[in-house]
This record gives sequence, structure tokens and C-alpha cells, in this order.
Amino acid sequence: MISVSHLSKIYKNDSVETAALSDVSFEIKKGEFVAIMGPSGSGKSTLMHILGALDTPTSGDYVLDGQSVTKLSDDTLAQIRNKKIGFIFQAFNLLPRTSAVKNVMLPMVYAGIDRQERQEKAKKALIAVGLGDRMDYTPAQLSGGQQQRVAIARSLVNNPAIILADEPTGNIASAQADEIMKIFEKLNDTGHTIIMITHEPDIAAHAKRVITVKDGKIIGDKKRR
Amino acid sequence: MIRRGGRVDYREILSESLSALAVNKMRTMLATLGIVIGIGSVIALISLGASSQKSIENQIQSLGANLLTVIPSGQNTGVVRGAMGGGTTLTTDDAKALSLANLPTVKLVSPEFSRRFQVIAGGNNTNTQITGVIPAYASVHKTTLSSGVFISDSDLTNMGKVAVLGPQTVSDLFGENSDPLGQSIRVNNQVLKVIGVSVAKGGTGFNNPDDAIYVPLSTAQKLLFGANYLSTIAVEAQSQEVMTEAQDAIGYFLLARHHLTDPSEADFTIFSQNDILNTAAQVTGTFTTLLGGIAAISLLVGGIGIMNIMLVTMTERTREIGLRKALGAKKSLITTQFLLEAVILTLAGGIVGMIVGVVISYILSLVLNTPFVVSPPSVLLAIGVSAVIGIIFGWYPARQASRLQPIEALRYE
Ligand SMILES: Nc1ncnc2c1ncn2[C@@H]1O[C@H](COP(=O)(O)OP(=O)(O)O)[C@@H](O)[C@H]1O
Ligand SMILES: [Mg+2]
Repeated sequence: MISVSHLSKIYKNDSVETAALSDVSFEIKKGEFVAIMGPSGSGKSTLMHILGALDTPTSGDYVLDGQSVTKLSDDTLAQIRNKKIGFIFQAFNLLPRTSAVKNVMLPMVYAGIDRQERQEKAKKALIAVGLGDRMDYTPAQLSGGQQQRVAIARSLVNNPAIILADEPTGNIASAQADEIMKIFEKLNDTGHTIIMITHEPDIAAHAKRVITVKDGKIIGDKKRR
Repeated sequence: MIRRGGRVDYREILSESLSALAVNKMRTMLATLGIVIGIGSVIALISLGASSQKSIENQIQSLGANLLTVIPSGQNTGVVRGAMGGGTTLTTDDAKALSLANLPTVKLVSPEFSRRFQVIAGGNNTNTQITGVIPAYASVHKTTLSSGVFISDSDLTNMGKVAVLGPQTVSDLFGENSDPLGQSIRVNNQVLKVIGVSVAKGGTGFNNPDDAIYVPLSTAQKLLFGANYLSTIAVEAQSQEVMTEAQDAIGYFLLARHHLTDPSEADFTIFSQNDILNTAAQVTGTFTTLLGGIAAISLLVGGIGIMNIMLVTMTERTREIGLRKALGAKKSLITTQFLLEAVILTLAGGIVGMIVGVVISYILSLVLNTPFVVSPPSVLLAIGVSAVIGIIFGWYPARQASRLQPIEALRYE
């Protein structure tokens, strides 16, 4: 379902060139739960942005569901992100001053789903992540763990094939982090493909496959169980 | 799963725009203020122009309908007497002949002799316009009386020592709300009896019909001022449509009577009410355009203010825009959202400005004692213009926002 080959990303800032990724190739099949590990600055986020169609590689190819996504227009990429990918960010990235249920409805607004259906699905998704009693709370009124669960609910509402999470527990107390991981495991059990970036081994332990990156290169790819 | 709809929910976009504007109310209000002032002044100035035009029209119309005025132009009287109205070339005989000629386009002829003079009544005196008239004057100039009677034919033939007073003159000489009928006034050592008072027309300035005294033409010419010429022959044309024809007919008739063949040698000038109306309209029109231009500049400044605020907003909300794009918002949707915010700002400013402008023009009309005129097109135009300003000045920031790359925007600190 995901196939990247010889992927490179070079950032050019003035005269300085940073190779964030160099010659990365791998495949991820439907239903996998992959953790991408590596020290800070190793290129994990860069990789996730490319996988999420938020950024394009300097060279190499990325094929998602049989379609090469490196040369598509902005609007087509937007559509792919909207329909096929659910994002979970380290910093949650919820709209401030906007209720949980409205935040969760946002991807459905862009998918053109009508109001009533949006409302019903958003409520269902929030109940599924255990926030049925916090629907109308704004992000400022929620704990880090709760905000991340709102973000998870938001990533799920368009029923995407892939869920991309960049250090989803990085800003969360560890007790709440476990709850998040339980949700991820349950999602994986129901067939969602999950790609999760982390540098914490005990978080990576929840995944079925661990890819390790260092200095923009893959240095390890292990399957568990 | 079936995806229904697939269309953008503009109601949702609108409510998001409204709540974005509600976040920083003070800033929203200040941004709008520029448009309020711009639209407000445009409306106020346009209606000020329209009402002064209307008031001039009303005043000119009140002096008589389909009115042509013949004045001597002093062509034959030589050197310095060439000034308008200063000549002696029009005579009572000219007027009589014109009247008897029964020109088909001419309805009534009113020969007039007027001069400003000192008038005394009791202890008071005033300087006012004394006009010698015949009975036709009242009809030609639409003069109606609030009391008494107007100059009659027998007053004319008897050289009667009678006078009809304008309401302003009455209050100048006898005090306000007094009844001057039967009282005497003194003009140039002659005692005249007041026989009527005319209804106020609401004029001002030099040729104010309310500050006037009407006496029989014969009395004015022979008894008071010893002159045998006329200062004006006023002519009422049969209708508005034949004004030009009447003007020509009178012109040729008088040229023939004065034994002149070349119209450029004419010792009189004929102008019509239309000429005066047009000149007045031109003057007020130029004035209105000028003021409107100044108001338009303030509107432009308001628009730039909106653009500035939208650019600031865009920068502040870079992360939000990035997130929206990451979640699947297309360029056009981001553009729409930001444009909508700008248009809401300017439209709100336009509507408030319109109300302010109407209120100001109402107050102005009370203060200046002019008719209150607000033309619906100018109001609609103002609202349309403010929406267009929102689109024009909101377009650049909106396009900038829509072009942000989601990843750059998400990373933005
Ligand atoms: N926009 C950018 N411009 C320049 N260099 C960048 C940019 N984004 C990331 N980098 C660099 O690329 C490398 C990989 O970054 P990143 O993918 O964020 O690492 P990780 O997520 O593993 O910490 C780092 O050296 C980082 O400094
Ligand atoms: Mg990172």
C-alpha cells in the first residue's frame, strides 16, 4: 500500500544544505503497525511529512495505493490527505477556541459531508476515544492526553486507510500515553494501517514492526511477533 | 461507505469566518472604522449635493414656470453701460407690442421695472427691491397673496399709490406677525398704501422674492423713479416644450421692433429658466464630484486598512492555515474563507457607514434648511462598493494564505 524507493530530501538554507533523508526505501502493507524510531534530528518527521503528502521529496518515488504522489497538484494532494490519511501531531494542532466536536468535524467539512452526518460521526468518534462527556470543551479546557484523543478522533472521522502519528505521546504524561497506545492497538486490530514516530522504546513496543533511522538513513527494520 | 453531498458547506465557512472576526473585536472594529468613515462621507456628500441641487431647483421653479426673462444688454447705449440689466433699451411699448403680437408660443408678458431703494414705515426703514408690475406679474411669477389684493388694472391706469409687500419686508418694517394692510409706507417722498402681502417662497440673497415691494408699473416709472424704460420683460411660455421656440420668436420680434437684422447686434438678452437651472446644476455637480472624490480617497484608505488587517491576520493564523490544508482544505476554500472575512468586514463597515451617512445628511438638511434627499441608488451603490472593496483588498491576503505550503505553515512558530 505504501512503497517508497530511493527517497531523498535535502533542505537548502542559504548556502547550507542539510540532507534530512538520503536514499530511503521500504514498503508498508495494509494493516501494519509500524514504529519509526531514531534520535532527534535523524529525519523521522521529514519522512512522515512525505508519507503524509504534506511535503515532496527532493528525489525518489513515493507510491500510495498504486499512485505516485510526488508530482500531483496541491489540490489533489489535499484531497489525498483528506480521504486517505489521518494525522496526529506531537503538538496536537487543534483549532484554538473551537469545541472538540467542531475540531473533529473539520476534515468532514473539507470532504463535503453534510452537516447532520458530520455531527453524528464526530460525536461517535469522540465517544470512541472516551471523550463523550467533553464534546463542547475547547482545547484550552482539556488535558494534553484529552487533546491528543480529540486529535485521534479527528484523524479517524474520514475513515482513512493510514494513520500517521508524529511522536503522539511526546507532550503527554505517561499514564495518558498508555491510553493513547491502547486506542492505537484497537485501531490496528480493526484494520487501520498505523505509522507512528517515537523515540521512546516502550512506546515503540506497542508496534508490530520497528524501522530505525539515523542521519537520514534506515539502519534497522525489525518485525515482532 | 457512501459519500453524500460533496459540496462545500458555505454556511460552515461563514460561521468560521464570523467567529474568527469575533476573536479580536477591537481590531475588527478599528479595521471597519475606515470603511464606516469612507462610506459615511460618500453618502453624506452625495445627498448633500442632491439636496442643494434640489433646493436650488425648487427656488428657481418657485419664481415661475416656463419663464423667459428679457433684459436690456446695453449694446446701443455705448461704452460703460454694457453691464447686464443696466441698459434702457427695453420699453413699455416693446412689452405692449409683444403682448399684442399674440405669438403662439407666448402665454403672458410681464413688463417690470425694479430698483433697490430706501423704504420707511413708522420708525423703521429698510433697503429693498421695489418692482413696478402689471397684474400679469402674479401669474407669471406664481406670486400668491396671504392677505389683501394684488396690483390691479385700475391701479395701473390711475397710477395708484398702492403697494404689495413680501413677508420679509413686512416683518422688517412692521415687525413679525403684524398686519400691515391699510398702513402707509414712504418711498422717495411718496406715501403708498399697503394693499396686500405675498406668500413666503423661502428665498435668500439679492433677488429674494420675500424681501420685495410690488407697486404699479406706472407708479414706479413716473411717480417714484422718473424712468421710461424697463429693467425686465418676463415672459411665460405656453409650455416647457416650446421654451426654445418662444425664446427665438421673442428674439426676432424684438430685433424687428428695434430695427436690427443681425442677432449679434441685439440690445437685449433673453435667458430661460432652463439656462439658470443648468448653470446651477453644473456648479453643484462639480462641487459634488469634488467632494465625492475626496470621500472616495477616504474609502481607498479604508480599503488599505482592511488589507493590512487581513495580512496581519494571515500571518497570525499561519499554523491554522497549515492545519486546515493538512486536513484537506483546497486552495479555493482557504481563499474563500479569507475573502469572506474581508467582505464581512467591509460590508459591515458599509452598512454602518450608510446609516451614519444618512443620519449626517438628515442633520445637515435640518441645519442648512435644505430638503432631505437620500437617493436609494446611492445607498445601494455604497453597499455594493464596500463589498467590492472587501473583494479587491481582501484578495491579495487571501491568495497569499491559500498558497502557503501546509508543511511550512505547520512548522511556523
Ligand atoms: N525546513 C527545514 N529546513 C532546513 N532543515 C530542516 C528543515 N526541517 C528539518 N530540517 C533538518 O533536517 C533534519 C531532520 O529533521 P526532522 O525530520 O525534523 O528530524 P526528527 O523528526 O527525526 O527529529 C534535521 O537536521 C533538521 O535540522
Ligand atoms: Mg520530529
